[in-house]
Amino acid sequence: MAVKNEYDGPILECRNLSISYFTRAGEIPAVVDFNLTLNQGDSVGLVGESGCGKSTVAMAIMQYMGSNGGIVGGQVIYKGRDLAELSPEELRHLRGNEIAMVYQEPMASLNPSMLLGRQLMEVPLCHEPISEKEAYDRAVQILADVKLPDPERVMNSYPHQISGGQQQRVVIAMALLSNPSLLLLDEPTTALDVTVEAGIVELIGEIAAKFNTSMIYISHNLGLILATCDRMNVMYSGVVVEHGSVDEVFDHMRHPYTKGLFSCIPLPGTDKKAHPLVPIRGQLPLPHERPSGCYFGPRCDFFQEGRCDQAVERGTIPMQDVTGRPGHTVRCERWSEIDWASYRPEGLSGEEMEAGREVLSIDNMRKYYELTDNSIAAMISGKRVRYVKANESISFKAHECETVAIVGESGCGKSTFAKVLMGLETATDGHVNFNGNDVGRMPVQARSPEQVGSMQMVFQNPFDTLNPSHTVGSQLARVIKKFGVESDKDKIENRVMELLDLVKLPRDFARRRPRQLSGGQKQRVGIARAFAGNPSMVVADEPVSALDVSVQAAVTGLLMDIQRTYRTTLLFISHDLSLVRYLADRVVVMYLGQIMEQGTTDEVFAPPYHPYTEALLSAVPIADTSIKKKRIILEGSLPSVMSPPKGCPFNTRCPRKIGDICETEVPPFAEASPGHIIMCHIPIAELQKVEPVIVQVDKDKSAAE
Amino acid sequence: MTDITAGIPRRESSIIRTLKGMALIRESAVGMIGLALILFWGVLAILADLIAPFDPNATLYPLAFPGTTVEGMGTFWLGTDHLGRDVLSRIIHGSRTVLIFAPLATFCAYLVGIPMGLAAGYRRGMTDAILSFISNVILSFPVLVLYIIIIATIGASATNIIIAVTFASAPGIFRIVRGLVLDLRNREYVFAAETRGETPWRIMLVEILPNARGPLIVDACLRVGYVIITIGVLGFLGLGLPPPDPDWGGMINETRQMAMSFPHMTVFPCIAISSLVLGFNLLADGLREVSLRD
Repeated sequence: MAVKNEYDGPILECRNLSISYFTRAGEIPAVVDFNLTLNQGDSVGLVGESGCGKSTVAMAIMQYMGSNGGIVGGQVIYKGRDLAELSPEELRHLRGNEIAMVYQEPMASLNPSMLLGRQLMEVPLCHEPISEKEAYDRAVQILADVKLPDPERVMNSYPHQISGGQQQRVVIAMALLSNPSLLLLDEPTTALDVTVEAGIVELIGEIAAKFNTSMIYISHNLGLILATCDRMNVMYSGVVVEHGSVDEVFDHMRHPYTKGLFSCIPLPGTDKKAHPLVPIRGQLPLPHERPSGCYFGPRCDFFQEGRCDQAVERGTIPMQDVTGRPGHTVRCERWSEIDWASYRPEGLSGEEMEAGREVLSIDNMRKYYELTDNSIAAMISGKRVRYVKANESISFKAHECETVAIVGESGCGKSTFAKVLMGLETATDGHVNFNGNDVGRMPVQARSPEQVGSMQMVFQNPFDTLNPSHTVGSQLARVIKKFGVESDKDKIENRVMELLDLVKLPRDFARRRPRQLSGGQKQRVGIARAFAGNPSMVVADEPVSALDVSVQAAVTGLLMDIQRTYRTTLLFISHDLSLVRYLADRVVVMYLGQIMEQGTTDEVFAPPYHPYTEALLSAVPIADTSIKKKRIILEGSLPSVMSPPKGCPFNTRCPRKIGDICETEVPPFAEASPGHIIMCHIPIAELQKVEPVIVQVDKDKSAAE
Repeated sequence: MTDITAGIPRRESSIIRTLKGMALIRESAVGMIGLALILFWGVLAILADLIAPFDPNATLYPLAFPGTTVEGMGTFWLGTDHLGRDVLSRIIHGSRTVLIFAPLATFCAYLVGIPMGLAAGYRRGMTDAILSFISNVILSFPVLVLYIIIIATIGASATNIIIAVTFASAPGIFRIVRGLVLDLRNREYVFAAETRGETPWRIMLVEILPNARGPLIVDACLRVGYVIITIGVLGFLGLGLPPPDPDWGGMINETRQMAMSFPHMTVFPCIAISSLVLGFNLLADGLREVSLRD
């Protein structure tokens, strides 16, 4: 093993790397002029939006481009050897052995029909002449290294028998098994819940320190890059636009795109009234439609005609050193001229709205699913029917023009709750008062068109939210007709155009099919559809989580704009606490079907916290170097709703568990202040003493800018 | 009021779009060969009266080998059968039967299979259990036995062949549609339709079915091929169209006793069946190939 690490030059060098895909439409340059030097133990981040070429770079390093991709210029040099010159046999030896990769979806990286132990042992058995016994021992050891409890049991499990977070740990263990010199991580935590993500991020940091592995970390999340990397590359449309140490880029960014990206994410300093998000205008250009000169030109506020768009030999303008800042390079002609201190972009601000009358009042709502157990044992014991408590005693209120966020990880019952509201399921017990009518037991068929139209939903997945077989216009028209807003054909057409105007889409989109639209545009149509019936409440289920950062800001802004115009109540279901903090007026935190804490946004994001809220807050990666966070890593995984723990649902993972009472008794709803309710056995006075999770460290940032 | 849509092209109907999508078949060599074979038989069927050299049912000159020229009559390019009927003319006229009844029977099978599949996949639960049970029972019979039972019960006629084919093919179609619907029903646009209170049939027919059309078109092409074989088999078993009208399967049946001495009477109808089935199979392959590419 030691032989591998004897080489003391840079582990990896990419020199002027250009990668293209060849399709029916011709050559499409995916990555242009990519340079990177990675030394032993370095961790470098690649950050950018989808389609910017991050993953293509990783594939090129692995020399694994598929049938239609190829390196068209430059070199990838691994430990002094040009990878393009290696034979397939040598490459095969390199992959998995010296260069290992971790992908986004753990379930897709593991073979579902093979024992995990077997899959792990394959790696050393394939690359080294060792016995089965040694391979087994090594696999058990590495599982212990990635902190999986009971490695022997994991060895004898199939992938579906362990949780998503554990699966990703196994994938990382597999990558580490042959002690690689280079580890490529392609969005390793994107598919995981935040509290699980926090554990994986910590693990990656420990691995880097322990094994001295060089890492390339690919992510769209700036906060994760800050937490894991030493240096970073910001990529835009196939080129690196800014490179430097993470602190340098975060605190002294020079490129307008980097700046734009940071203005799009809700940081603790932003707020929807004083410091709103600033979306980047326009859209990412398609690879074959990139402008001449600077690729970011058309979307840049500092664009100068004749200078930024002049044709350059290498396709785009070259990287330039930032004077006086060693190691910091930027791909901008005007970096030294831009005066960031006086730059005040127009944000998505809007005056504060007074919350109005009560629109929704939920009182002790329960939703149980009945499960019939057909096993013989169940028939004998007579307990054939079991209940899955998807929602348990949900109570809260929402007012006109108010944004209420429902926060929780997957499986917490958010979606079931939304279904009950929409009438796709009916409540088992309790009341759901909407505009004065109890709709809890009323399925959607039993509601009047006005009732249905006045509560509509924005869905999560932009690729799924519109029917690919029908035009945008006809889908909107159907909703208008269905809700009885208009019935005359011309009037419906008019209303469709108004709705497109409302979501700031061109009118000719009415004739388009969903596949001709980008993700953000589809989501806008989804919003238009929800507002077609002049709703008094809109339920938005993770409406922006599948979108790119810059699009997220624009869609969020749009949603808030429309809400203000129509004084709509917005029920915002999300797992993204940064975004929730930014736009919600009140927050409801759910765990395993129950409300753990609720209150105004300020109350929930400051002590006293429910221990779960506290852990959730600490798990969210924040892309700000001036923020200090408490580190709370939750042990164990989310219990199944089928067999929830007795007593407090959070007791199996709670770091502040006080004793047996947590396991036996359901905690009371304690009121910390009027409206701020915490469900916990720990007295409020004690929770009050907890220090805040997120602290702004006083750091002189303004001088640097 | 009226100028809001000015300059915006009217939307195409979904039928035109489907046809446009199918026009992509020209990018697939295999698909084009299939299409050419089908069109070849199609043209023969339409122009049978003009192309066929003889009356298909006329007794002319028994037991002529292919190429025989008879003074005053002309040349029997593919020979004649035991009753002296021209084989070529019978094959040409027989293509009409096949090309009318095979697609028609397939269409009828879809007409039954699609609603069943939609209902089972969308409703699930009891509806699904009952419909799946029925189709499994039908599928568990050997197809041939099933045909014999049906035709023997209701008699051999064109309508009854269609009924038999529908009965035997609908369960297979049901399964495909049900599988597609089980996946499509979880799309968010279906939830969106449900949350605005659309009726189940509208959701099934307007929201779900159009998105399943790709795999169904490919399946339909394959299935027409199978139905051609089925009609051939029925003819061979004597359960096909009643004589004397030419029917490829029937032609093989009538002459098989003499296949050793006069192979042309049997071989040419066989080739006709194979080439048409091959045509539909290649077209299905081509459509699948084009639809997977993007």
